[in-house]
Amino acid sequence: MNGAIGISALRVALALSFVGAIALVAAARRNSAALRSAGFAVVYSSFGLVAIATLAMLTALISHDFSVSYVAQVGSRSTPLIFTIISLWAALEGSILFWAFLLFGFAALAARIHRKEPGHSLEYASAVLLGIGAFFLILLVGPANPFHVVSPVPLDGPGPNPLLQNHPLMAVHPPLLYLGYVGFSVPFAFAVGALVSGEAQDDRWVRGVRGWTIAAWIFLSAAIIAGMWWSYEVLGWGGYWAWDPVENASFMPWLTATAFMHSIMVQQRRGMLRVWNLNLIVATFVLTVLGTFLTRSGILSSVHAFTQGTIGYYFLGFIALVLVASLALVAGYAPELRRGGALDDVLSRETAFLVGNLLLSVMTFTVLLGTLFPLVAELVRGVRVSVGGPFFNQMTLPIIVVMLFLIGVGPALPWRRTDRAELKRRLLAPTGGLIVGLLLALLAGARDLYALLAFGFGAFALVSNVQEFWTGARDRMRAHGEHAASALGRLIAGNRHRYGGFLAHIGLIVSVLGIAASSTFKTEREITLAPGESVTVSGRVFRLERVWGRQDMGRTSIGADIALVSGGRVVAHLEPEQHFYESSDTPVPTPAVRSTAARDLYVNLMAFKEDGSSATIRVLVEPMVAWIWLGGGIVCLGALLALWPRRRRAAPALAATHPPRASHARRAARRVAVEVTS
Amino acid sequence: MHRQLNKRRGLALGAAVVVLIAAFGYLLYGGIGNNLVYFLTPGELLAKGTSALDVPVRLGGQIVPGSVEWNAETLDLRFKVTDGTREVAVRSTGAPPQMFRPGIGVIVEGTYDRAGLFHATNLMVRHSNEYHPPAAGHSPKEAYKSLISGATQ
Repeated sequence: MNGAIGISALRVALALSFVGAIALVAAARRNSAALRSAGFAVVYSSFGLVAIATLAMLTALISHDFSVSYVAQVGSRSTPLIFTIISLWAALEGSILFWAFLLFGFAALAARIHRKEPGHSLEYASAVLLGIGAFFLILLVGPANPFHVVSPVPLDGPGPNPLLQNHPLMAVHPPLLYLGYVGFSVPFAFAVGALVSGEAQDDRWVRGVRGWTIAAWIFLSAAIIAGMWWSYEVLGWGGYWAWDPVENASFMPWLTATAFMHSIMVQQRRGMLRVWNLNLIVATFVLTVLGTFLTRSGILSSVHAFTQGTIGYYFLGFIALVLVASLALVAGYAPELRRGGALDDVLSRETAFLVGNLLLSVMTFTVLLGTLFPLVAELVRGVRVSVGGPFFNQMTLPIIVVMLFLIGVGPALPWRRTDRAELKRRLLAPTGGLIVGLLLALLAGARDLYALLAFGFGAFALVSNVQEFWTGARDRMRAHGEHAASALGRLIAGNRHRYGGFLAHIGLIVSVLGIAASSTFKTEREITLAPGESVTVSGRVFRLERVWGRQDMGRTSIGADIALVSGGRVVAHLEPEQHFYESSDTPVPTPAVRSTAARDLYVNLMAFKEDGSSATIRVLVEPMVAWIWLGGGIVCLGALLALWPRRRRAAPALAATHPPRASHARRAARRVAVEVTS
Repeated sequence: MHRQLNKRRGLALGAAVVVLIAAFGYLLYGGIGNNLVYFLTPGELLAKGTSALDVPVRLGGQIVPGSVEWNAETLDLRFKVTDGTREVAVRSTGAPPQMFRPGIGVIVEGTYDRAGLFHATNLMVRHSNEYHPPAAGHSPKEAYKSLISGATQ
């Protein structure tokens, strides 16, 4: 029953998508209001149908309806309810269904939000979204059909991949990733819409997609952080980033989207980079599809690629189609778009954005090359190779250091022209930060060049961005006699876009500092202990108390009770475990992590004797790991602040109503000018 | 005059971009060449002869039954990997993964030395997707019976 409902809904939605796309294009060409509303009705109803299919799948999962092929593949009566629900994205077919659900949801939302705007780009954009949706529906009714009828009906299934049901973060990471990936379809669709409708001439479309871009970017950033955290908490190696192709797949669109968010500001302010921005959003969208292809087609052998399938060719065909069609479109319209501002001064915010864009693109290209090289090598030369982590580090670390410098220098540079003396004054404190950061890192024992540069320029950028809040609030306090807190609050509320951006910078720097510290100052020790014996790592004493076992529903857990001893007293217990799921022949490590702002104590159970007479544990002491997650949170918070809609009211003319004191007049006036205009 | 200046400036900028791209391409090419890790089976590794010595390699195969020796005190682990035809002796440091048993697929990363010993820096058990029911008496529930009952006492 569930199966029949699901597949029928998907088939009807597929047929409707084609009809709707044609109707919407016709509506725009003939300027027909009737066709337009018919087209949007199709958008809403296809979303309804895909939602029904998704609900049917959830019902089948929860009710253990093993006559549905996907449930027979990932379901199990012994899996806890929460993991049964998130099995929706545990394997290929379910995740494509979830993807389609989100895409049609976004298409419906976009139609709803933008329906009153003038012009025809929404019709074209909705048609593009329906087209993308149709591709995923073709997969769902064809090679990735999750609703096949299984006969005879099995009594039970194997359950989802053990790695996916071992940690609650797996309930968070995939949906965030899909929300991010799918979210970028909307700005892409609007870019195509603006081009086809001839509205790319003015820069309105860029303003229209700003919110969508930031929202998708927040989801993708959160997904990357959640993925790192999951890898750290579940895989048991004490790290969080390995340049694994699947990690790279989420990182590449993040890089191009970050470039896009910055360079559309240059287009809005200076009318530059029109063609570049179109190419960036096309690249971002294609990279999200490529990411899905890499993760879901099983083409790469990696810890993440837990699916094998034959839908790779569909994806390759789709990527080729999107790439050729949209690049041809951009190239065709490019001559009309190339006009507008030029650089007035090399020392200006535009330059910082341009260089930053260039670096982010170079970095994307590097990661892309390293990710795809093994595929090409296998295809062309028939050898199986992998590109080692050192390649990525070697190529990206210098870029990251320069990016940190730019993040620090950017806020100090005004648009168009820079007053050299003013710049010097603004960079004074950040330069102090640079020296302090370098000295602290040296004192702490860092000798690696890139680690030193990361600490130095990280501190430089941190001080520079914090200084923006500090001087802004100080000027307000002086100008209006406000208290510190209310001055800061009003400063931020008055220009959420600007200060949200700076806050996101601060979050990123906090993360980078955490990454630099935890990888530079990591101490690691692996040892076999008998109960009662202890090991000292980085001045901390870990004592094995005992090895225990437990039989749960669907899994066997073996744990080691490890006491953290300080001054002869037990201050904490760490219990790393190994989980043996019935459906798998390899155990899932479950490390114990004790996290503080200063450092993480990370203990993983590597092996144990069957009689409990000894256990081999790996102990890691890693400084500042928590900063990485905290920084990720700040990044998302900052971007959310920038996204939050402004209250509709006249721009406050602060300087005019309350003239600041003469001694601060010049600086305050400049700052207000920046606030009001940026 | 102004236009000429712009033209000259454009040329200089173009040249700079070309030089930068060339330099970056060279770096990329060298970087990837030096960091390629070949994935080989024992047979392929041995067939490569001296060209496979002392370069990072990923060796994949099955554990040869009876070849595993582990010293829990020194964490010195030795075993042999086979692809069904040839065998390669591997030395690794650290505990063997818990389900490390004869016949299981492994991937070891490391270098092969002149003495015919593979020095592994990283050891991974190949995760398989398919469901393999454990052999009788080898399910974790039975194998770790004493630990589980010890916990409930």
